[in-house]
Amino acid sequence: MTAALDIRNLCVSIGDKPILQDFCLVVPKGEVHALMGPNGTGKSTLAKALAGHPDYTITGGEVYVDGENIVGLEPDVIAKKGLFMAFQYPSEIAGVSIANFIRAAVQARLPEGATFSATGYYKDLYAQMDLLKMDRSFTSRSINEGFSGGEKKRCEILQMLMLKPTYAIMDETDSGLDIDALRIVSEGVNRMRGPQMGALVITHYQRLLDYIVPDKVHVMAGGKIVKTGDKSLALELEAKGYDWLSTPLEAVTA
Amino acid sequence: MVADTANTLPIENEPTPSIPEAGSQEAAINIDRDKGNFFYNTTYAYDAGVGLSEATVHYITDVKKEDEWIRNFRLKALDVFHSKPMPTHWASKDLENIDFSKIRYYLSQGQKPSRTWEEVPDDIKRTFERLGIPEQERKFLAGVEAQFDSEAAYSKMKDSLSKEGVIFVGSTEGLMEHADIFRPYFGKIIPTGDNKFSALNSAVFSGGSFIYIPKGVKVKQPLQAYFRINAENFGQFERTLIIADEGAEVTYMEGCTAPKFETSTLHSAVVELVALKGAKIQYITVQNWSDNVFNLVTKRGLAEEEAEIKWIDCNIGSRLTMKYPGVILKGRKARGEVLSIALANNGQHQDTGAKMIHMADETTSNIISKSISIGKGRATYRGLVHIPKHLKGCKNNTECDALLINTDSRTDTYPAIDVRGAANQVQHEASVSKVSADQIFYMQQRGLSETEAMSLSVNGFVNDLTRQFPMEYSVELKRLIDLQMEGSVG
Ligand SMILES: Nc1ncnc2c1ncn2[C@@H]1O[C@H](COP(=O)(O)OP(=O)(O)OP(=O)(O)O)[C@@H](O)[C@H]1O
Ligand SMILES: [Mg+2]
Repeated sequence: MTAALDIRNLCVSIGDKPILQDFCLVVPKGEVHALMGPNGTGKSTLAKALAGHPDYTITGGEVYVDGENIVGLEPDVIAKKGLFMAFQYPSEIAGVSIANFIRAAVQARLPEGATFSATGYYKDLYAQMDLLKMDRSFTSRSINEGFSGGEKKRCEILQMLMLKPTYAIMDETDSGLDIDALRIVSEGVNRMRGPQMGALVITHYQRLLDYIVPDKVHVMAGGKIVKTGDKSLALELEAKGYDWLSTPLEAVTA
Repeated sequence: MVADTANTLPIENEPTPSIPEAGSQEAAINIDRDKGNFFYNTTYAYDAGVGLSEATVHYITDVKKEDEWIRNFRLKALDVFHSKPMPTHWASKDLENIDFSKIRYYLSQGQKPSRTWEEVPDDIKRTFERLGIPEQERKFLAGVEAQFDSEAAYSKMKDSLSKEGVIFVGSTEGLMEHADIFRPYFGKIIPTGDNKFSALNSAVFSGGSFIYIPKGVKVKQPLQAYFRINAENFGQFERTLIIADEGAEVTYMEGCTAPKFETSTLHSAVVELVALKGAKIQYITVQNWSDNVFNLVTKRGLAEEEAEIKWIDCNIGSRLTMKYPGVILKGRKARGEVLSIALANNGQHQDTGAKMIHMADETTSNIISKSISIGKGRATYRGLVHIPKHLKGCKNNTECDALLINTDSRTDTYPAIDVRGAANQVQHEASVSKVSADQIFYMQQRGLSETEAMSLSVNGFVNDLTRQFPMEYSVELKRLIDLQMEGSVG
């Protein structure tokens, strides 16, 4: 068994429209990979398909989480196997406070027979909020309702810190964050970094990768990985854009 | 003595269907995770049989040894009931499926309500223990009445309250032993002919609570009644009248459950409230009927000067509920409020609303209604706010919010707001929202099951209302919502 998030030949369609074709990517546990690529190329589709979104039909391939194929499982089952997704556009849920929401999520993950400790929970919650420099008053606000773009992203990371996943997919968590927030959120992510977690960070900006230094950078175009490199690849993209990548690709596939 | 009497009374109707065999005595039948869905076999000493006729009314009156005026009141009501058509020109056609000739109108074991749980017959006691009533009583109630089919099996109030002159009895005892207090208001807030079902109740009513709170007495803990339907084909027709004298305050909570039977069951209560000058009545309903119950209830209060009546009405379960609690704001500065939650699951129709009749200057009313429709469940809101032209300084606020889960849910809103005169203020807001697939996915991604995700959205939707409810009640409500959601996902 390989300790990794191992995506093999994944094909995903939305309705009749194929978005991902034979997509392959391995994120070993303990590594942080970045995924970049032009708008509309299928990055969010990949994230949602992995998490089991019912609208994203997996028409082929497998996804192994530490050796176990999760294709076809319910989203909550996949989540409990340790896969966490920070949403590009998190949903708002009226009337459900952050504290109650995360609490329900923590409780849902408790192993059978284990008892939930409210004091332990709040201690952890407040500690993580302090880390993310979130005001305590946030706990009683309805989840994402009326949050600014940056607040939503911070709240996603708070959930990640609380739920302690083995693999995290962060979909453009940096968009909408101001400079300070970017640093704070990155610090949060870096604190979780270690041999017990693998992460796939989807971003458009090399700037984030100054804070969260990736082990690898993948570039995606047309529903596939077209290039893989190290951190310097992101710098190169920043300088040259995506065109230099897609031209040879089209030449190859033509 | 009890068992014999049954035969001496006129029973012209068919004999009752036989009660299930002993042997299954120990095991409750039909248990599932739904708390109210079970029943123990019970033998009834008094049974008015199946079907409704004058004989049924005579039977009930005789069993109860009522005064003649009550007999006549009932007989007259029966005529009114027969003369009124089903209100299907505006209400659900499903009403036509009620077969009045197949219902049993009175069932009891013939005992007086016990003052201690030890004295309550075993089968009945087991039922209420399972529903947690004695426990709640110990924890936070000032008095409890537990009705089993037609009559109360248990009735007890704290001694301190009796000393202050508080009366908390059943309808028969109220009308017979405290006629001077109750008779002047009985059937006055809701006249017999108000609607077909108030007429039916007036003909065959039994049980319910008659409560009087003397001048200035403020009852701190709630009084509670629990209405339990145990028998199949049975109709429960409790009658409640609460009078809070000048400056008095009381909170009354009612809970109800019935087991799931194949055939339909009818629950048709009449509840009248009278809040005299400066009095406050809060009436809370926790309804958790199984989905074979037709729940057709008339509830109205009369608020005198500076008095306040608040209905907190949560309708969960039942096949069809029709209920529009109202307040007649008769005195200057009277306040009326209806806070209601209706949850319509598959196969259920919640047709609920509120009525506010302003009859004096500076009266204010507030209606907040939240409905949740799931799957094929249907929620209808009907409101009536009436402020005549000659009044000044009246205010009404109406908010109706609907939450839809699954696309084929249906919700209708009929807010009739009839406000004349520029010297009055009305505010009306309505919203319809949906729990989207993306919201459910978002919650599932955090590890919640689909059911838990839906429960959480529903609880979130009603949260700003439930926060205003007494604690014990909010907890119970959340539990009931969770139970409903469990049943709604495949
Ligand atoms: N629910 C949907 N219905 C129809 N088409 C969709 C849906 N979701 C995504 N798509 C389409 O799938 C393609 C990939 O979209 P996706 O959101 O995965 O791109 P992305 O790489 O995340 O883009 P961005 O960088 O802008 O976030 C796009 O053409 C998009 O329009
Ligand atoms: Mg995207």
